[in-house]
Amino acid sequence: MPEAAIVAARFDVERGTRASRVAAGLGLLLLVAAVAMPWWGERAGQRLLTEFLYTLALAQMWNLLAGYGGLLSVGQQAFVGLGGYSLVAFGLHAGIDTFLVVPLAGLVAGLVAVPTAAVVFRLRGAYFAVGTWAVAEVFRLLIANSVSLGGGSGLSVTQTVRGMPIWWRESLTLWCAAALGVGATLGVYWLLRSRHGLALTAVRDSEAAAASLGVSVRRIKWCVYIAAAVGCGMAGALIFITKLRISPDAAFSLDWTVVMFFVVVIGGIGTVEGPIVGTLVYFALREVLSDYGSRYLIALGVVAVLFMLWMPRGLWGFVAARCELRFFPVQRRLKLATETQP
Amino acid sequence: MLLSLSQVSKSYGSVKVTDDLSLALAPGEALGIIGPNGAGKTTLFNLIGGNVRPDAGTLAFAGRDITGLDAAARCRGGIGRSYQIPHPFAGMTVFENVLVGATFGAGHGEKAGRPVAVRALGQTGLLAKANRLAGSLPLLDRKRLELARALATEPTLLLLDEIAGGLTEHEVRELIDCIQDIRAEGIALIWIEHIVHALLAVVDRIAVINVGRLLTTGEPAQVMASPEVRAVYMGLPQ
Repeated sequence: MPEAAIVAARFDVERGTRASRVAAGLGLLLLVAAVAMPWWGERAGQRLLTEFLYTLALAQMWNLLAGYGGLLSVGQQAFVGLGGYSLVAFGLHAGIDTFLVVPLAGLVAGLVAVPTAAVVFRLRGAYFAVGTWAVAEVFRLLIANSVSLGGGSGLSVTQTVRGMPIWWRESLTLWCAAALGVGATLGVYWLLRSRHGLALTAVRDSEAAAASLGVSVRRIKWCVYIAAAVGCGMAGALIFITKLRISPDAAFSLDWTVVMFFVVVIGGIGTVEGPIVGTLVYFALREVLSDYGSRYLIALGVVAVLFMLWMPRGLWGFVAARCELRFFPVQRRLKLATETQP
Repeated sequence: MLLSLSQVSKSYGSVKVTDDLSLALAPGEALGIIGPNGAGKTTLFNLIGGNVRPDAGTLAFAGRDITGLDAAARCRGGIGRSYQIPHPFAGMTVFENVLVGATFGAGHGEKAGRPVAVRALGQTGLLAKANRLAGSLPLLDRKRLELARALATEPTLLLLDEIAGGLTEHEVRELIDCIQDIRAEGIALIWIEHIVHALLAVVDRIAVINVGRLLTTGEPAQVMASPEVRAVYMGLPQ
């Protein structure tokens, strides 16, 4: 075709945008403010921020799974629950320091995810979704039937934080949540900017073409599944440090995945910004509608359905498509240094 | 032989789409494939590209048995493929689409893959659209993108599936020039195409496929003149 002669043109590849540099500065300020909250904030606000941050971590994990890996899991509560029960096993029974249990819970969830993947990866599409749910139910029943882990009625894990000053405990919880929420966001961002991000995005858009271009689709999905399990496991341990009581029904509740799903769908699936926007909207809706009791859940459901019908790329997808706004730019823009001659 | 298929068969249910087919390709050779619709041409590419596995028979590429390899492994081994119905990565830019081929197909790191991708964009006339989202491209450019991505995998064998369909006469001539340049680099190719004059301008040999079987193969002029081919492919009375 006509440009065949100019194949040696000099070029450059650009990644950042102005919005991204502004966002990096703003994000850093917000992070510093959040980490310093124990010195300036009140306790209720601090707890809300903790919840916000671990919800963000969960949402980023589900976005990685479903938005990029094309793995529509409705069983992520399996790993949240395993993380929670790691707190019982390592924190309560083995006496390991509570906050050290958080990374340990990630490890447990990751290890359990390996055989789980071997089972659920035999299933496709809707069957995969149902399969992941069934696996989570199996874990719930196994835990409910083991007396040493508290059985079906659950148990208190207050013992794990006994003797720790409350200010110190709540500060550590917040910092841990910040590490998870920010870590999950930056981790996904870093992954997407790397060479593997190319493969992951390619798999998102067309598995057949990705495979024909040398991308090992199965392996990349496997890695994403394990990574999401690790993230959910760590978040699970932290969640039950804040709740101080755990039961199989609470730990392996489908609600965990429903929240992830809701946040990602309204925020914008398949973007780094989406889960952040979605988590903000979710918390805002919850505050506004909390007086309406169970009708609040109906309202959330209606909102999710409306988004799926009219804004399938979510709030962020809607905004980004209209004003070229990218806070986490993953795109590579080619700048040709020499003019092309025919 | 660069590629050889020995007695390859593939059925979907009771329909035999590839029936005991044997075919060989020399290094650097260009083979054109024609045949009526539903003859099993695209299935043949799916078998060579590793998208589907044969029920029987073996495939060898560059002296290695590749029957058990998946599509990704075959691509990394040197088989580049373009799809008849383009599958662009809609949310990525044209440049990034091609970069996927250069990094994962050709096995470069991202830095080393960039010039390979830029070169493939230049060869296919897509440089000016490098930063457009692939999902926003019109059909012609999507077809070019299929070719550019396959080229960026640095193949020794290129599979082209009806890339001239829907092009104007002028565009077909540009495409022929482009493919002749690719051939000049020593890349072997198999090209499925209904636009016969485009094929005849490029290929060394033509194979005719009908109901999953190899009807005949040989010198392009000879094959096209054969009464049997005229009957099967063009529907002319024998």
